[in-house]
Amino acid sequence: MKDILETLDQRREGARLGGGEARIAAQHKRGKLTARERIELLLDKDSFEEFDMFVQHRCTDFGMEKSHVPGDGVVTGWGTVNGRTVFVFAKDFTVFGGSLSETHAQKITKIQDMALKMRAPIIGLFDAGGARIQEGVAALGGYGEVFKRNVIASGVIPQISVIMGPCAGGDVYSPAMTDFIFMVRDTSYMFVTGPDVVKTVTNEVVTAEELGGAKVHTSKSSIADGAFDNDVECILQIRRLLDFLPANNQAGAPSWPSYDTPDRIDYSLDTLVPDNPNKPYDIKELILKVVDEGDFFEIQEAYAKNIVTGFGRMEGRAIGVVANQPMVLAGVLDSDASRKAARFVRFCNAFNIPIVTFVDVPGFLPGTAQEYGGLIKHGAKLLFAYSQCDVPLVTIITRKAFGGAYDVMASKHIGADVNYAWPTAQIAVMGAKGAVEIIFRSEMGDPAKIAARTAEYEGRFLSPFVAAERGYIDEVIMPHSTRRRIARALAMLKTKSVERPARKHDNLPL
Amino acid sequence: MFSKILIANRGEIACRVIKTARRMGIRTVAVFSEADRDALHVEMADEAIEIGPAPAAQSYLVIEKIVAACKRTGAEAVHPGYGFLSERQAFAEALKASGITFIGPNPGAIAAMGDKIESKKAAAAAKVSTVPGFLGVIESPEHAVTIADEIGYPVMIKASAGGGGKGMRIAYSASEVAEGFARAKSEAASSFGDDRVFVEKFIVDPRHIEIQVLGDKHGNVVYLGERECSIQRRNQKVIEEAPSPLLDAQTRKTMGEQAVALAKAVNYDSAGTVEFVAGQDRSFFFLEMNTRLQVEHPVTEMITGIDLVEEMIRVAAGEKLRFKQSDIKLEGWAVESRVYAEDPTRNFLPSTGRLVTYRPPAEGAFGEATVRNDTGVYEGGEISIYYDPMIAKLVTHAPTRAAAIEAQSEALDGFAIEGIRHNIPFLSALMQHPRWRAGELSTGFIAEEFTGGFVPPQPTGEAAILMAAVAAAIDHKLNERKRGISGQMESWRKVTFERERIVFLGAQPFRANILSDDESGLSLDISGEGGALRPVVLQSDWRPGEPVWRGAVGGRSVAVQVRPIANGVALGHAGAFADARVYTQREAELAALMPEKIGADAGNQLLCPMPGLVKSIGVSVGQEVKAGEALCVVEAMKMENVLRAEKDVTVSKILCKEGDTLAVDAVIMEFA
Repeated sequence: MKDILETLDQRREGARLGGGEARIAAQHKRGKLTARERIELLLDKDSFEEFDMFVQHRCTDFGMEKSHVPGDGVVTGWGTVNGRTVFVFAKDFTVFGGSLSETHAQKITKIQDMALKMRAPIIGLFDAGGARIQEGVAALGGYGEVFKRNVIASGVIPQISVIMGPCAGGDVYSPAMTDFIFMVRDTSYMFVTGPDVVKTVTNEVVTAEELGGAKVHTSKSSIADGAFDNDVECILQIRRLLDFLPANNQAGAPSWPSYDTPDRIDYSLDTLVPDNPNKPYDIKELILKVVDEGDFFEIQEAYAKNIVTGFGRMEGRAIGVVANQPMVLAGVLDSDASRKAARFVRFCNAFNIPIVTFVDVPGFLPGTAQEYGGLIKHGAKLLFAYSQCDVPLVTIITRKAFGGAYDVMASKHIGADVNYAWPTAQIAVMGAKGAVEIIFRSEMGDPAKIAARTAEYEGRFLSPFVAAERGYIDEVIMPHSTRRRIARALAMLKTKSVERPARKHDNLPL
Repeated sequence: MFSKILIANRGEIACRVIKTARRMGIRTVAVFSEADRDALHVEMADEAIEIGPAPAAQSYLVIEKIVAACKRTGAEAVHPGYGFLSERQAFAEALKASGITFIGPNPGAIAAMGDKIESKKAAAAAKVSTVPGFLGVIESPEHAVTIADEIGYPVMIKASAGGGGKGMRIAYSASEVAEGFARAKSEAASSFGDDRVFVEKFIVDPRHIEIQVLGDKHGNVVYLGERECSIQRRNQKVIEEAPSPLLDAQTRKTMGEQAVALAKAVNYDSAGTVEFVAGQDRSFFFLEMNTRLQVEHPVTEMITGIDLVEEMIRVAAGEKLRFKQSDIKLEGWAVESRVYAEDPTRNFLPSTGRLVTYRPPAEGAFGEATVRNDTGVYEGGEISIYYDPMIAKLVTHAPTRAAAIEAQSEALDGFAIEGIRHNIPFLSALMQHPRWRAGELSTGFIAEEFTGGFVPPQPTGEAAILMAAVAAAIDHKLNERKRGISGQMESWRKVTFERERIVFLGAQPFRANILSDDESGLSLDISGEGGALRPVVLQSDWRPGEPVWRGAVGGRSVAVQVRPIANGVALGHAGAFADARVYTQREAELAALMPEKIGADAGNQLLCPMPGLVKSIGVSVGQEVKAGEALCVVEAMKMENVLRAEKDVTVSKILCKEGDTLAVDAVIMEFA
């Protein structure tokens, strides 16, 4: 009997070595951790329960029958992050380069099915060479099975992909359909076709890093939501992110005891908006001073910086924050910013995370580049996303809320619950100069008259009070009381319930 | 006594004068430029009058505007503060002509001391020690040697018409005098067309020591001890203290009496300062007299208990001095740090902008130490490009010099400023400097001790252990909270955190084992020198998000700067700085496998070193530039800063144009 038990131990030990010590050393030499080390970092100590440790591929072509490694290039299972259940799979680059076979895919889909059934988040750690070519269509079939489950789980459980090595070809589409993608700088890249194929097809010479490195995907393509310096920093930050996310679309935003006081007054906010309406200020200062303990997890920090998105907490409970950033392009809405914010708003709504919106927007960005690029449709995405929300929406207009962008940025009209404005708010169709030039075109020759008209327009419309008179703004608030006001509003909105007509699904302007 | 006074100044000194006036029951009028509309002194004063555009030349320096403001508000007297109009004879006269009292000396005294040569003559006449030398024409090398022998070595041979170091020689012996005389003479002739030279004593390792005097309109003058201001950077005082660690009672008395003699000689009738240069042998020589309240006056106030502003107001109103020389007692030691909006790691370039965080340490008495912070700013305020970038003067007082320095060090640790760069890290490091602590000062201190510029030091020794313990305490607090997150699996298995942890301060590891956490504090074992564990107890009511961790470590009260970074905190304490990360044993093992990343290569870019305006760009795309050549000019704080190539480069891309406003680290151009 004892022998039998010992055999198990031996088999486990063998499986845990993956591709063997030489490959593990090579992995470390590249500055990367192994699949099991990554899982160890991600999960609470000793909480990992591994599945399918002994699974092997069934391929007999190209001599593959001679090469078997238990686990087949992916480590799967479940564990906890700060006591909360999560499911995880990690590609093992030391085994067949982490390539995907039919059985490898089955290990992943098993975990996907369990995560969905258990309504718990799933995290995929990618570091792999794509499909196992020797298996041919069986590998492609495996991908399809994974993709389908990604889509079924979308909006039901949070799905997070972390790219920690190569991720190419078929491997990229599963991450692409999850909620968040994070990358490790210098050691990870993602692309559909690699530099060699690119050279053959288009004659373009490009490195893997230039084609699909963390910098490209966080700042240019917006594929990745964030990047970190190394495996350890990255995985510890994923743990931090999970503390903001609900387990599923029914659980509600997570909360923990806050050390911050909800009614904290911050007088420095009274001087945040500069006297000069053309002078920028950093909206992140407002966010950091409003949320609990100044703790803010920014999503897509390096992309479309004219809008800021990320997670924070109020009274210990997670919220999503969307804010125009006057420091970049005056906070204007362009195609990139609209898409970035729309995706974030939809994530929050899908998972019942209340959204706080800070508005200082001069409008949509004009020009052929924008119009040809489909600004109408991209802008509509954000409008659609906000209009679709049934989570609590609290909006604070700090300064400009001009034109259509006023409507889009979580206005009362499209369903926001509590709309506040600072006394510095200017809620109008456009700025004074433009408005006067249109309304009083006949008087344009007379600078004195125009100056008077401009002053008249500014006095009447460039304030929050016209909107407040109509009830579009619930209350004009002191900047220093912003945190207290938002905390109260969110507390009241906790029981918000909205009925929508049944439908198969909406038709977001893609 | 006056019922209303106007303060013709801004910033901390205006606020400081207002405080005293208010305590005396005098109403106050502030004046302000357009840039200062929301300034603290405007809010503190009973009334405020706008006096024009931001540049001082169009507002704070315009005599007529100040006089008009007095007339409009009915202010009976004006306190000028320091700088601006404080030493303008014309201002004092203009006020007099309008029947307004100038809270400062009479115009005659200002005039007498305003001219460097006249003031030296007056000093010599009043038998004040002046630098020994020979002002007549020196005929020959032999004559020069005779004079030098009389004065004593070393001596300085200077061109009479000179300036900028030309025609200047230092000689340590008779032969050097003979040789230096000839050279200085020929250099003077070629540079200035005037070959006259003179010889005076050269003071090696000079110290800056000044005597505070106070006079009234009845002929009484007293001295209030000295201040030492030897810690200077390019002639700008950085740290001041009172008394001076150099002086003994006899020298103090001699200097004080000479200062009083000079003040009496010019009928001085307010607060003033007689500045001396002192040798390490306590020899001292008159430099000049400042006919105003000095920036560093608080250190004198702290050791004498006399409010100099109050006394200035009283004597201006015609009162007699309320004390005699024998009433003046110097008690304890006071140290002042000037907190500036300048970046010590970038050669002290000025930094302007919004004070996102401004949390000075608490003022008042703490045990035997007293903390005072004179400031003119507030959180959310602006450090403008138009004026002096001083944020605050942090003063501590304690029975001994060592205790005053310790208190200053702790107060600096508890001073949180964000949004702009500031010199607190530098001041903190200075406070720890052994030579400063030993009081072995000279005006060359900073240049000698910080030769390669300022690099924030890594923590070592006890400070490092303390910071590691605080990092472990912060980590523990955050971990304990994580255990309270909602939605945890219902299981016998509760989430716990390993209590044996590794703290990394930068690359330095420390073991920290959490033992217990209860009302008596957090007990942990931490590895010290040689790796041996030793127990330490920490108490603190610090809450996450606060920029300063205040508490007790091993019973000692400490403050530590805390800023969040990814997976850790950046800590600063006692002039040492480090990023701290707290890992489990396993995390530490895995982190050790991570390659070290070198920060983004800035070698191929020119970054803007300070917020400023692009004045001109001197190169074009494709141009090859040699190391040291000018690339562009950025204007900040009215200063034109020429940015030069650090190595031979070819310009590949220019990302800004003339007139652009740039933030710190904005990319100006890229190199191939």
